[in-house]
Amino acid sequence: MTATREKRDPLARKRLRHVPMGLRSRAMHALSARAAQGRFVLQACTECGNVTYPPRDACPQCWGELSWQDQPDGGQVLCETTVRVSTDLYFRDHMPWRMGKVLLNAGPVALVHLHAALHPGDQTVVRMMIDRGGNAALFAIPAEGTDLMSDPQWREFVVPVEGRIALVSDARSAIGRAVVKELQARGAELVVAGLPGPSLAADANDAVFNLDRVQTIALDVTDATSVAEAASRIGGPLDIVVNTARHVRTGGVSANPGFVEQRRAFEVSAMGFSRLASTFAPILAGRPNGAFVDILSSSALCGEVHQAGFAAAEAARHSLLQSLRQEMRATGVRVMSVFTGPVEDADHQHVPPPKVAPSRIASSVVDALLNGREQTCVGDAAQDAMERWLTDPALFVREKNL
Amino acid sequence: MSKAQAPYTGVAVCAPITVPYQRFSAEPAHWWAGRALRHLRAMTGLGPSDIDGFCFASFSSGPDSAVGMIQHLGLSPRWLDHIPTGGASGVMALRRAARAVQCGDAELVVCLAADTNQIDSFRHSLAGFSRFSQDAVYPYGFGGPNATFALITDAYMREYGVTREEFGKLCLAQRANAGSNPMALQRKPLTLDAYMAARPIADPVHLFDCVMPCAGAEAFIVTTPERAEALGLKMAQVLATIERHNAFPQDPVQSRGGWAMDIDSFWETARITPADVDVLQVYDDYPVIVAMQIEDLGFCEKGQVVQFIRANDFTITGDLPLNTNGGQLSAGQAGAAGGFQNVTEGLRQILHMPLGDQVPDARIAAVSGFGLVNYDRGVCTGAALLEALP
Amino acid sequence: MTAAQSLVADLATAIATGSVEIVDLTNVLSPDFPVIVLPSEFGQCEPFRMETVSRYDGSGPAWYWNNISMNEHTGTHFDAPAHWITGKDVPNGTVDAVLPRDFVHPVVVIDIAAEAAQDEDFIVTRPFLEAWERANGPIPPRHWIFLRSDWSKRVGTLSYLNLRDDGAHSPGPDADAMRFLVHDRDCVGLGVETVGTDAGMCSHFDEPFPAHSILHGNGRFGLQCLTNLDRLPTFGAVIVAMPLKIKGGSGSPLRVAAMIPRS
Repeated sequence: MTATREKRDPLARKRLRHVPMGLRSRAMHALSARAAQGRFVLQACTECGNVTYPPRDACPQCWGELSWQDQPDGGQVLCETTVRVSTDLYFRDHMPWRMGKVLLNAGPVALVHLHAALHPGDQTVVRMMIDRGGNAALFAIPAEGTDLMSDPQWREFVVPVEGRIALVSDARSAIGRAVVKELQARGAELVVAGLPGPSLAADANDAVFNLDRVQTIALDVTDATSVAEAASRIGGPLDIVVNTARHVRTGGVSANPGFVEQRRAFEVSAMGFSRLASTFAPILAGRPNGAFVDILSSSALCGEVHQAGFAAAEAARHSLLQSLRQEMRATGVRVMSVFTGPVEDADHQHVPPPKVAPSRIASSVVDALLNGREQTCVGDAAQDAMERWLTDPALFVREKNL
Repeated sequence: MSKAQAPYTGVAVCAPITVPYQRFSAEPAHWWAGRALRHLRAMTGLGPSDIDGFCFASFSSGPDSAVGMIQHLGLSPRWLDHIPTGGASGVMALRRAARAVQCGDAELVVCLAADTNQIDSFRHSLAGFSRFSQDAVYPYGFGGPNATFALITDAYMREYGVTREEFGKLCLAQRANAGSNPMALQRKPLTLDAYMAARPIADPVHLFDCVMPCAGAEAFIVTTPERAEALGLKMAQVLATIERHNAFPQDPVQSRGGWAMDIDSFWETARITPADVDVLQVYDDYPVIVAMQIEDLGFCEKGQVVQFIRANDFTITGDLPLNTNGGQLSAGQAGAAGGFQNVTEGLRQILHMPLGDQVPDARIAAVSGFGLVNYDRGVCTGAALLEALP
Repeated sequence: MTAAQSLVADLATAIATGSVEIVDLTNVLSPDFPVIVLPSEFGQCEPFRMETVSRYDGSGPAWYWNNISMNEHTGTHFDAPAHWITGKDVPNGTVDAVLPRDFVHPVVVIDIAAEAAQDEDFIVTRPFLEAWERANGPIPPRHWIFLRSDWSKRVGTLSYLNLRDDGAHSPGPDADAMRFLVHDRDCVGLGVETVGTDAGMCSHFDEPFPAHSILHGNGRFGLQCLTNLDRLPTFGAVIVAMPLKIKGGSGSPLRVAAMIPRS
């Protein structure tokens, strides 16, 4: 593999990556769970309507029950500081650190990470981000458009793509090809396109694989040896892994079970996920903005009667994803989920619309990276599935499998 | 209008004890508490069986509370309290003990604060300080109290036009006062140039705006005047006290403390005015809080602190001697004991048993506490007026 | 000493002294060794997979072993008659039932390397075989027929499976050639260097999959993914090929060896 790599003193001790401390209250975890979905929520009292922050377990105004509600994200900066001394290993690595206080339009005041361009009196938009430790954090940015990526603090909350090295696990699929193209177009330094066997002579002439800053590599997530060899061939730094591998086949459980396909679905979606993660997670962990993006089917949430094996494998993958995310908390590697419904590809010829174009999945993957979004649902079907699942999982499972 | 505060009759405050501070100590809080009692025994001749009331404050005695501490120290009190309010704990211990003695629930209460400071205890105590802090403060740069007070200071300076020079004058005066206190950790004279040139810690807070955490212990006795006299102890009476927690929660940024809610009754009960105060001992984790207390305790109008600071001399020989031992900014901040040193130093000055220089003819001390930074502000406040008994 | 005893004794001596040489005709069985790829509507062949159980580590301090999984038709492998529908009712048609006498057979090696180099879709026809016999002598009965295509030299390159947009391209026999070998020459089976006994384009033949269909329908065997065929004499080598004794199995990976006189 050849790519322009950053210069590094070969004798320098490996730089340890730290993350902000992770201890939080249960209510704060509830906020983080919603922030992970890209929502800006605060607690509002179900009795008096008072909006409160930091998260509490009772309304401080009337002791009523609190519920999470979407809130306006505007505010005004009240005061600012630049922290230059900290005993925390993570923030010591990122000094000086600007923070401030914002009077939220929603009502409460909040301490926030403060964008470099903001000062007291300024109007701001507050984004609810996920910090490197995996918890919700408020980041105040200018209300008017600004180049966020130029702020080093902002970059701690997102995954830049420009200049980074990314691996796409299965670049032969329609989704995979689209992701390779998108990462390349959005300025990745190198996109390594994993190609599962069998190798085709035509790969050599493929337009996508011949793009500038794209290189192919043999990679079969069902084969631990292949994954290990791919890692050794990539060799150097790797910032982003996008797992596009999946094995979509129809089949039931008692009727037309298709055990070979079921097993293969598990080999690709579940075991393949584990093989990929176990091999590449340590490599990502050494990077300043490592990310593992997994594209998975919303049928992971609920089962799918006509694609039982595939849905089960995707459910297993979803479960493994939670474990990986927890494991990666200590390393700062972001583990992102991109849910999709049926895709406009050869695997879903039998499915009527709405279907999601692979290119849309690809742009969602890059948007998730650039916005540090832990969970994304691409397209109407996936969004609808997530909403229904969050509202009433038991009903959703029943409805989906009628 | 709330019911008028009953006067503190039959109450004597005496025997201020300060165990010399150490920057770092390998000894636990229990050792420091024991040291304070040994100093007390040396001063008064009292032993464990003489103490029937005990009020304790500490951040670092864990897992022990006051309960573990009395067993550890061999006490069998009939009145026990544990005060977790840090910088407000001295005033709160005083007023609780005073009522216990006044009502006969106890006859001799030892109020004691002890904290150790091991190499990494500051970091540890910071990390587990409070739920709001862990959820909504530390994740934002982990600047600790420095960052929280930087925000308060930033807003205060903007709102009231205070500059670093005013804060510098307060810090310089306290450093000058520390000069005669052999126990102060920082006694080297501080110049305004050095103050201004100090490195920023969390803008606008700079190095000399910050206290130096240390290990130490402070104690005093609250008893009846008869008992104090029998023990041959100099004593002071309590003219008035106030206490308030989580005042003005709607203020977006803390620009005033709980004192402001109760200040009128404070002076009325004491039947004196700020002009009668000979020494002012206020909590001083950061100079902005000193300035805030000067206003909120009524020494000047809100918003007039710039002129007040410029117009007054806060050294021991000045017109308003302030934090005469050097305060925490110069003497050191020994955890919860830092919330006791305002009481012990105020007592020493009016009882004329100073550690360093004596404020001439001091008779009345105003003592003010401010404790427990939770989320974006200090939550606990209290104040007391003490007058020496002849 | 009977003639048979003397013969085996001579063979034993020859093996012991090295005057009979053993040639390994087996490719290395590894996860990346290609397997046959069928059109996507069909179930696919799982390649060889290996996962370490322990390697002198916490999971097994003094021992090393792996779990392996694969399709029966992976790597250098044996096709039993039951592999094909035409052979489903053949007696002893599964690998566990292969008779011991079929473990060892002589071989005739037909060299099509030049033709295959010229034409990747080279078809072995009956006229080609008849011409070959005229040049090399008749094919004796009860022999393996090995097609030396030199395809094994492509292992590790894209040109081994040689998949293009329209499918795989590799040499193999047509139906007439297979009928000739099976019925007229009573062959034991067909051995090839390619991934299947049939040509890459065999599904497009008038009679598709002729090798599989005719071999197995008549109780004959297949050997695929052989290598080192260029080291064998045209006549006179003996093949040892013993599939795993998989209950009801349709085929199995195996080690194939040839005994040849030392040159």
